[in-house]
Amino acid sequence: MNISLVLQMAADAEPERIGLVCEGRRWPYQALLRAAQGAAAGFAASGCSHVALLDESSAAAAVALFGAAIAGIPYVPLNYRLADADLAALLKRIAPAYIIGDVERIQRLNPDGGHQARTHAAFIAQAEQADGADAPAAEDDKAIAVQIFTSGTTAAPKAALLRHANLLSYILGTVEFGSAAPDEAVLVSVPPYHVAGIAALLSSVYAMRRILLLPAFEADAWLALAAGERATNAFVVPTMLARIIDRMDAGVPAGLSAMRAIAYGGGRMPLELIDRALQLFPATDFTNAYGLTETSSTIALLGPEEHRAAHRASDPQVRARLGSVGRPLPTVEIEIRDDEGRLLPAGERGEIYVRGEQVSGEYRERSALDANGWFPTRDAGWLDAEGYLFLAGRADDVIVRGGENISPGEIEDVLLSHPAIADAAAVGVPSTQWGETIGIAVVARPNHSLPSEDELRALIKNRLRSSRVPERIAILDALPYNEMGKLLRREVRKLFQGKEIPA
Amino acid sequence: MKAGMKLKSAVCDTEVMVIRGSDTVVECGGAPMSAERPAQRGTINPAFADGTKIGKRYVDAAGTIELLCVKAGQGSLAIGGVALMPKEAKPLPSSD
Repeated sequence: MNISLVLQMAADAEPERIGLVCEGRRWPYQALLRAAQGAAAGFAASGCSHVALLDESSAAAAVALFGAAIAGIPYVPLNYRLADADLAALLKRIAPAYIIGDVERIQRLNPDGGHQARTHAAFIAQAEQADGADAPAAEDDKAIAVQIFTSGTTAAPKAALLRHANLLSYILGTVEFGSAAPDEAVLVSVPPYHVAGIAALLSSVYAMRRILLLPAFEADAWLALAAGERATNAFVVPTMLARIIDRMDAGVPAGLSAMRAIAYGGGRMPLELIDRALQLFPATDFTNAYGLTETSSTIALLGPEEHRAAHRASDPQVRARLGSVGRPLPTVEIEIRDDEGRLLPAGERGEIYVRGEQVSGEYRERSALDANGWFPTRDAGWLDAEGYLFLAGRADDVIVRGGENISPGEIEDVLLSHPAIADAAAVGVPSTQWGETIGIAVVARPNHSLPSEDELRALIKNRLRSSRVPERIAILDALPYNEMGKLLRREVRKLFQGKEIPA
Repeated sequence: MKAGMKLKSAVCDTEVMVIRGSDTVVECGGAPMSAERPAQRGTINPAFADGTKIGKRYVDAAGTIELLCVKAGQGSLAIGGVALMPKEAKPLPSSD
């Protein structure tokens, strides 16, 4: 098994069909395959242990992904937004690497790493000149296709490994080959170093859905590309969707009449935002996808019909499903377990475990799979009676107050229901008496004044329980998020650091 | 054969990847398939010449064998002379 099979099949079926559009160039599948084969020859000749990308999205990301696969060398897309010190540490961990992107930065940060660096333009030019035609792809199920450093919102980045068998079983299990109609085009704006960026390339090539690659997300550029290329599909994280809607509200012209389907994931979608999107785009299919790096992307999804049913529903249980991530893929199993690893029944909150061929659950240093192949996601959640999965934050984010487990999400949901509150986060604050107690950070909606601290406490006490009432309250202009829209809770916790609440 | 393995036709361009199943001899165009193509191409049995389609999955009646056609050809697939059937696709909404 080799993930390059995906591109080989597309090039074999329709060599001249346009597979990728980026920076004004239109790439037929055959040209992409030739470039990937040429790149593979260069990677193999370099003697490097990894192929890395330190750049925005471009055709080079696709050519490097498939080229590394053909050469049998792990592909490591790096986060170019990392600070120098963090990036330098990662460069040392993959040395010596063939790196495409910011040549100056690579040489400055890790001069003695033995890296071979090229700009993406130079890389593409060399790959297209090299003759790698019909070199057989390395065939080893166990070989590592992609290595992704986790974003490290709670700890140092871990090197998650995705083997060819993991990624290919995800694609073969979820996508029908060549199923896209000739006019279908998907706008991809997620960063190349995110698992969603990898999955987008593989799924779209296998479906033969033309990829419109945006180098980096920016709402006006997204709207312009969608209109100019008549995009029919898109994947966005919730913060991207919010910014797109903001710009449309501000009068930026939007030609989204061709947009049939929008998939979203990668972070918590506020109920209000998805409601607004469903109203704004009544003819568009919305799909919510939940997955992790360690699971080769999507493991559960809430499909278009389920969105509409929940949006219309008066039954609160059905309506609530708009806030769920849907049901597990047919090819994976999901369980909810307690702290001791015991299986929990529907409706009870615990840690999400997942099992399936696409689940790697493996890091460079160790495998996190248990003896029976289950991966503990460290995400908290519960299943409803019909098997819909609801997320309740990271298991590590659970606040333990006097032995009682409190999910930040339940407090945040109550706060967000207040019309003057735009955003809210609840975190654990060290406490001598309780071990941890609750701190909240809230952001006011524009032109609204926040309720007083007493009113905020009363709101939570009336809707939840007194144990959920925050001891500390911070008012912010904005909560700290990373570029994928993940809340950086460790930054929120810092607001309350060194101010231990006395007994 | 085992899951993940590729099988090639002895009589046409067909290649399949084994999705499910093991220890079975699969025929294409009436001749056994194998990991390596023979040096000399044989002739297609006209009874098994309906062709294979790239990207299609083929299954046996019991559902114990599933093959993905990764390269199309003129032969058609069978096990022990019994033709394999194309599998109905159950598409999921695109999530990427």
